[in-house]
Amino acid sequence: MAKARKIPKIIEKPSSFCPGCGHGIAIRLIAECLEELGQDENIIFGIGVGCSSLLGGVLETDRLHCLHGRASAVCTGMKRVSPENIVISYQGDGDAYSIGLSETTNAAYRNENITVITVNNTNFGMTGGQMSSTTLQGQKTTTSPNGRDCSITGSPIKFPELVAQQFNVAYVARGSVTSPAKINKLKGYIKNALEAQINGEGYSVVEILSPCPTNWGMTPLQAFEKIDNEIVKEFPIGEFKKREGK
Amino acid sequence: MAEMIKGNHAISEAAIRYGARLYAGYPITPSTEIMEYLSWRMPEVGGTFVQAESELAGINMVIGGAACGVRSFTASSGPGISLKQEGITQLYDEELAAVIINVVRYGNGIGTLYTAQCDYLRETRGGGNGDYRAIVLCPESIQEAVELVGLAFDLADKYRTVAVLMTEGALGQMMEPCTLPDFIETKRAPWGFDGKYSYKKVGIFDRDSMKEAVLMNEKHNAIKANEQRWEDENLEDADYVFVAFGLPGRSTKGAVKKLQEEGNKVGFIRPITAWPFPEEAFKKINPNVKGLITVEANATGQLVEDVALTVKKVLRADIPVYSLPYVYGIPAMKTIKADYKKIVDGEIKEVF
Repeated sequence: MAKARKIPKIIEKPSSFCPGCGHGIAIRLIAECLEELGQDENIIFGIGVGCSSLLGGVLETDRLHCLHGRASAVCTGMKRVSPENIVISYQGDGDAYSIGLSETTNAAYRNENITVITVNNTNFGMTGGQMSSTTLQGQKTTTSPNGRDCSITGSPIKFPELVAQQFNVAYVARGSVTSPAKINKLKGYIKNALEAQINGEGYSVVEILSPCPTNWGMTPLQAFEKIDNEIVKEFPIGEFKKREGK
Repeated sequence: MAEMIKGNHAISEAAIRYGARLYAGYPITPSTEIMEYLSWRMPEVGGTFVQAESELAGINMVIGGAACGVRSFTASSGPGISLKQEGITQLYDEELAAVIINVVRYGNGIGTLYTAQCDYLRETRGGGNGDYRAIVLCPESIQEAVELVGLAFDLADKYRTVAVLMTEGALGQMMEPCTLPDFIETKRAPWGFDGKYSYKKVGIFDRDSMKEAVLMNEKHNAIKANEQRWEDENLEDADYVFVAFGLPGRSTKGAVKKLQEEGNKVGFIRPITAWPFPEEAFKKINPNVKGLITVEANATGQLVEDVALTVKKVLRADIPVYSLPYVYGIPAMKTIKADYKKIVDGEIKEVF
C-alpha cells in the first residue's frame, strides 16, 4: 500500500505557481532531499529573479532574494564565509543563463562548492513569456512572435553540457518533471548534487526541464508532452558529469 | 609608532584589523592596491578574498558575506563604482551592513586616472535605484582614512546600512606616516544567516512599502541627528567661510591659515561626513557672513548645492554661495588664495 508522503518540515505554505508549472515539484524535491540528508536546518538559499522568486514564499529557511542573475555570486560569498552551511542557488533559465550567464559560468569556472538548481522553461516566465537563451528554434514567444530565428538570435544554450565539458566541476545533470519515474530520477540528481557539496567535492548544477503552460498557451498535459516530444531532443536528460567513484 | 604607508595599503590593513573578513573586487586604477594587498593578507587572518570576474560579481559576493553577518567590503573607482550600484542599493534594501571604498578618479564614462571628487553628488544621493542614502565618510589624510574605515564598519553595523569611504586617487597612491589600529575581536552580526533560520525575515511578497518608508525615514533621521562629523575653525568671526572636504579640504585649511595671517577674516568647515551633511557646523557661522565658498575637485560644482541648501535651512538668509571647482587634482593654496581675492573683488559670481 502506498505510504502517504510526508511534507518536508521547511515547506511553510503552498506555492503560488501557475497550474501545471514544474517549479512546485522542483522545490518539493529540494526540500525532501535536504531533509533526508539532514541538512534542512543547515541551508541558505540564494533566490533568483523571476518565477524562481516564489520559492521565497514556500520555504521557511534562510534565503536571500538576489539581484537578477547574480545568485551564483551571492552564493559564492555565502559559502566562502560559511562553508559549514549548504548553499543553493535557485534560478530560472533567463536569470541564470541570460542576464546572469557571467556569474553562473564563473562560479562553475572557480569550482565553487555550491549547488545551482536552474529551472529551464525555455522562456522568461514571470514577465509574460519572452524569448530566453533556451527558447527553441521556431518557438513563439512575446518577443519572437513569428518563432525564434536562431540565425539571428543564437541557438539554445546548453549550460550543463558546457560546464561538464569545459570546467573542472563535481556534478552536472539535467532532469525533467514530466512523469513519476523522471521525478524520482531527478530527485536522485538533486541528492547527488547536494552530497557533492556536503562532501566538499565542488560545484554541482542540476537543470530541470519544466513546463510553462501559461506562457506556452497549452494545457498542463500538452506542456508535458511538448517537453517529452520536443524539448528533450534539444536538452537531453541525464548525468553529464558524475561524481568521482559514483 | 607612526610608519610610512601607502594610502590604499593602510585602508586594507585597517579593514583587516577592524574585523573585515570578506573582500571581493575587480582591479581598477587607482584602487587596485587594495585588492593586491588583501589577496595575501586576507588569507593570513583566515578571511575570504575573491578576485571576482566583474564589479557586479564582486559586490554580489559582498552581499553574500554580509548576509551571513560577516564584515564584508569592496573597493573600486570611477565606472567600477557605477557597476556596483545595483548591489549597493540591494545591500541597503536588505539592511545588510557593508563598506564600499571609492577611490575617486576623475571623469564621466571610462573617465581618467586623475585624482578628483567628481562622485560627490552620486555618493551622497544613494547612487542606485530607489530612495536610500548611504553614510559617506571623506578623509583628508591617510591617518584619518584608517580611522574612518573603522567608523565605517561600526556605523554600517549600528544602522544596518551601507557606509562609503569616499577617498581620492591621490590619497590612495601617496604615502604618509600613519599609526594603525589594534586588532578588534571579530564577530558575526546576530542577524546573519546561520542556516537554521534563526533570524526570521519578512518574505519578499509580504513586504509593506508604506511601513518601510516610515522606518527608512526614521533611520535616516537618526543618522542625521547622531552622526554628523566635521572640522571647523573661526566660523563665528568670519566674513567668508570656506567649505571643502578631502585633500582639497586639507589644502583649503592651509589657504585659510595664510589668508588669516594676511588679515582676512576667513574660516572653514571641512565635512568628514558628506552624508549626513554637517548642518550643525553652520549654526556657528557669523550671521553677518558675506559669503560661503566651496573648493572642489570636479568640473561643475557639486558640494556647493549642499552648502546652499544648508545656508537656506540653518542661516535662513540670502547669503551668496560661491564655488571654486578645480576639475581634478588638489588645488594649491596660492590658487585658492588668488581665487578668494577674485570673489571678494566681485570677479567670480556666486552660484546661489
